Amino acid sequence: MPRSGLTGSRIRERRMHLGMQQAILARTVGISAAYLNLIEHNRRRIAGKLLNDIARVLSVEPNLLAEGAESGLIDALRDAAAGPGDRPDGLSRPEDFAGRFPGWAALVAAQHRRILALEHTVEALTDRLTHDPQLAASMHEMLSVVTAIRATAGILAEPGELDPDWQFRFHRNLYEDSRRLAESSQALVEYLDSADDGSGETGLTLPQEELEGWLERRGYHVAELEDGARPQDVLEGAQALQGSPAARSLANDYLTQYSTDALAMPLETFSEAIDELGHDPAALAGRFGCDLAAVFRRLASLPTAPGEAGIGLVECDSSGTLTSRKPVEGFALPRFGAACPLWPLYQALARPMTPVRARVEQAGRNAATYLAYAISQPAARPGFDLPQVFRATMLILPEELAGRGAEPKILPIGSSCRICPRSGCTARREPSILTDGF
Amino acid sequence: MSKRVLLIEDEPNIIEAIRFVLSRAGYAVDTHSDGSSALEAIRAKSPDMVILDVMLPNRSGYDILRDLRESDGMAALPVLMLTARGQKKDREMAERYGASRFMTKPFSNAEMVSTVTELLGQ
Repeated sequence: MPRSGLTGSRIRERRMHLGMQQAILARTVGISAAYLNLIEHNRRRIAGKLLNDIARVLSVEPNLLAEGAESGLIDALRDAAAGPGDRPDGLSRPEDFAGRFPGWAALVAAQHRRILALEHTVEALTDRLTHDPQLAASMHEMLSVVTAIRATAGILAEPGELDPDWQFRFHRNLYEDSRRLAESSQALVEYLDSADDGSGETGLTLPQEELEGWLERRGYHVAELEDGARPQDVLEGAQALQGSPAARSLANDYLTQYSTDALAMPLETFSEAIDELGHDPAALAGRFGCDLAAVFRRLASLPTAPGEAGIGLVECDSSGTLTSRKPVEGFALPRFGAACPLWPLYQALARPMTPVRARVEQAGRNAATYLAYAISQPAARPGFDLPQVFRATMLILPEELAGRGAEPKILPIGSSCRICPRSGCTARREPSILTDGF
Repeated sequence: MSKRVLLIEDEPNIIEAIRFVLSRAGYAVDTHSDGSSALEAIRAKSPDMVILDVMLPNRSGYDILRDLRESDGMAALPVLMLTARGQKKDREMAERYGASRFMTKPFSNAEMVSTVTELLGQ
């Protein structure tokens, strides 16, 4: 079933049918009225979370707004048929299958979605077990206490007399350590329980995850800052960030940077510049007199939700640690630990101030081709007798937004070695669970 | 004269238990708990052997061992590494950095005493 480009028109028709003002709908879903106006006139693509949010407010199924009644089902069947492994013949016409056996087709689609969700959970849990610093610290604490208990109990269990003073001290130590062990175990269980809250996610515990969760719910677009609000006012209104000082500190830095970028590249004029120049970071940087990293951030802050029209962004510090992640469907970002060394992000880190561009594609199911732009710039003002610290930024642009003139050759990359099935990779640093098992 | 053992470990109750069993076995035991000043403590106390935990505050036991092996007169000092990780790669890393022996937590008191006795050639 062909996709229609009139999603925005359907949104407008539905909103007007309900008698809802444009500003009210925009505020409810967390975008500016100006941006919703662009969407309704089909001048901006819309998909993923934002489409779901608008559909929910308009009391309509997202697929009815986006593509028509049955396209979601057929897309899911087509995706299931294109998966890895041997496939039987006769899978080329999912429309016929859905038409003749709608119930079975819905079941196949639902099971396919369930498989994808379980695969995502396996990847996330494997990533966590391998790299999660909190889990590693918790296990170290428990082993240390167990070691103390074993050594102390070994002394007390030995035959023969033990000086009463020593005996008292070791009994006290044993009591203290057993209490610590109980507390450590309880904390670990609570931590692991938080990883299974039924949402399909694996828990939000680290400050960076708290911030990213808050941003994810907003589609990485902060409408208040677009309308001129102060970062500290937005932060004070963010209930989800009130409990964690570390997350608030990260959020303050993020919002301050966002505000600076929005001031230099206002949404309306930036959108008009995209209409004229395309999603060309170099051209946009020249138009607004901004550096490339700022343009990358600004493009990723447009309310294009994860999905086929989403724009991703990652940043890392000089150690290669990912410090900021805006995910995009078809391009997996590791939650903990290091990413694929082949990413243009790291090529840029090795060559500061040199723009890097490459067409990239990750291995695995649902992989899509993206145009990645990267740049590494000083993270702080340079000074004498101080180490030079850089921050690298990579924009992950869907091919459909990349326009002409893109690099023709595709660079095969991965997410992280643990979940990357590519064999013979010279950059591999550890075996993959997908080829070598757990 | 008793052989002197320097125990570098940050867990107080592990320190107390090891100190007790080694003292009872006839060794003089000194202790130190901070990673960043561990090298200075080794130089100052001139022990006959060192028991060195890998996970220490402020500095890794591996880094301490590497610098120790590069110090004058310290290349042959027996060092027993204690670690919470017993995988092959951890053992190989300890050997590469110059550990004399490697022991995984939790360990038995008898194992500790016999290893120290062996390393001190007694």
